[in-house]
Amino acid sequence: MNTQQQRSRAPERAFYVLALAAVIIPLLVLAGLLYGVLENGSERLGWDFLTSYPSRKPTLAGILPGLAGSFFLMVLTALIALPLGVGAAIHLEEYGKRSRFARFIELNIANLAGVPSIVYGLLGLGLFVRTLHFGRSLLAGACTLSLLVLPMVVMVSREALRTVPQHLREASYALGATRWATVRQIVLPMAYPGILTGAILALSRAIGETAPLVVVGALTYITFVPDGIDAPFTALPIQIFNWVSRPQRGFVVDAAAGIVVLLLTMLVLNGAAIYLRNRLQQKGT
Amino acid sequence: MRASNAISMPHTAQRIEAKIHGTAPFSERAAEVLLAACGTVTILTTLGILSVLAVESFGFLREVGLFALIFDAQWTPLFADKHFGIWPLLTGTVLTSLVAIIVALPLGLLSAIFMSELASARWRKLLKPALELLAGVPTIVYGYFALVVVTPALQAIVPELSGFNALSAGIVMGMMITPMIASLAEDALYAVPRHLREAAYALGAGKVPTIWRVVVPAAFGGIAASVILAMSRAVGETMIVAIAAGQEPRLTLDPRVPIETMTAYIVQVSMGDTPAGTLEYRTIFVVGSALFLMTLVMNIFSYRLTRRVEGPR
Repeated sequence: MNTQQQRSRAPERAFYVLALAAVIIPLLVLAGLLYGVLENGSERLGWDFLTSYPSRKPTLAGILPGLAGSFFLMVLTALIALPLGVGAAIHLEEYGKRSRFARFIELNIANLAGVPSIVYGLLGLGLFVRTLHFGRSLLAGACTLSLLVLPMVVMVSREALRTVPQHLREASYALGATRWATVRQIVLPMAYPGILTGAILALSRAIGETAPLVVVGALTYITFVPDGIDAPFTALPIQIFNWVSRPQRGFVVDAAAGIVVLLLTMLVLNGAAIYLRNRLQQKGT
Repeated sequence: MRASNAISMPHTAQRIEAKIHGTAPFSERAAEVLLAACGTVTILTTLGILSVLAVESFGFLREVGLFALIFDAQWTPLFADKHFGIWPLLTGTVLTSLVAIIVALPLGLLSAIFMSELASARWRKLLKPALELLAGVPTIVYGYFALVVVTPALQAIVPELSGFNALSAGIVMGMMITPMIASLAEDALYAVPRHLREAAYALGAGKVPTIWRVVVPAAFGGIAASVILAMSRAVGETMIVAIAAGQEPRLTLDPRVPIETMTAYIVQVSMGDTPAGTLEYRTIFVVGSALFLMTLVMNIFSYRLTRRVEGPR
């Protein structure tokens, strides 16, 4: 009996180890790769790298225009995508839950979430750059990114709105408040931490997007910081793409350093999202 | 029922108020219209995508024709001798995506099984967000890995591997889509009713046979849906293949040579200086249309599969 039990245990153990390895190996590979990037990029990382313009000489090249471009893109995207996304979410959750129009929008958003990001780039090129004559500008890039993250903003905002207990709305209605007053004074303040966290995560996704910006026409060699929303622009990932595509080894080092800057930026954003959520939640309860 | 009554109440209140004052308060109506307008933007986005793709593709088809797109084995729109056969780009896309799925399916499914069936709550809580990290890394970073790290490493094993190839791009892409399969397949496995497992145990089956012969088959629909969705993501993925797989449209299924995917072609043209209205400019919208249709079909198919799994229970 005992030996039989042990025999049947052995394959189970082996399978456990195999399955655990399937989870851990990709993580270890990722950790190894990230360490490699850090090691590779460390010789270029420094204040100079952050405050210099791109150059033909890899050891002089810096990432300032990319950093500035990404920053402006993010601010503009937040200004465009957040009101639209939160508004759409309120419409779906608080107003038209069962209407046919709302259901259609819902299905449509689910579909949009699955559209490849490069197709949004084509939309941006055809619509914003050509038809609306924004040109290959910061504004065109930000509009494109806004449409790209819109489905995600709507989804996270809806989730946040759903966490607001129904009885609070009922209490508000019972006191004679209108629907909009209830949304504005009861529902939104309560859902605020969730919406904010989700919005930051969506923006951190937008900052890593490369393909749509390439199609919209972000430039790879820019020696100035954009001075308006109609200025040509570049972004962190575009600059990295440019460096990684060059044969000289020096530019690969620049690319690695650029990746470290990009990942750190995302890490800060994600950390801020988690911090804000925890703090606001504590305040709320 | 109670909840729905409660929700309809302000409507009644508004209606009564409207009857007294003649109309609902302006701010109330304005808010409603504005919020609906926000929802409409998402529909306009879809319409925008469809019309931009359709207009430029139509221009292309009028000039070149559908025949040349389908019955030609070469894709050379940027050369003097122009051919517009989309097959080399299609095979390039399918090839890299297949390599990615071959990597991601075993890893993702085993991860899902581990987290749903084998792991203790503590392991699970630790590993799940860690796995999500893999999906959160920007694709440009994965592209760098594929070109700078994975390709040279693979060249040590496969000497005839070219500097740009479908193999390393596909492998790295597989890493990226693993968490997607893991997370969706885990949901499917987790949804398998407990009594099925208990019935298998009662019949004397061990843990591993129960997983493979009861739980996994019962969750098949959801697992298939996760794989199709991951495949759709791989087909639309751009930067990894643009950096590491090459820019040579080639009708081949050999993963060792440079190829070009549909997405990489769009990037290649976008990086150059192609004026609007030219045939070259239109080709990227034709390729984009094909890409959009492929991913749309896969997404719908995957959605249907999940619905069918969740539906009848």
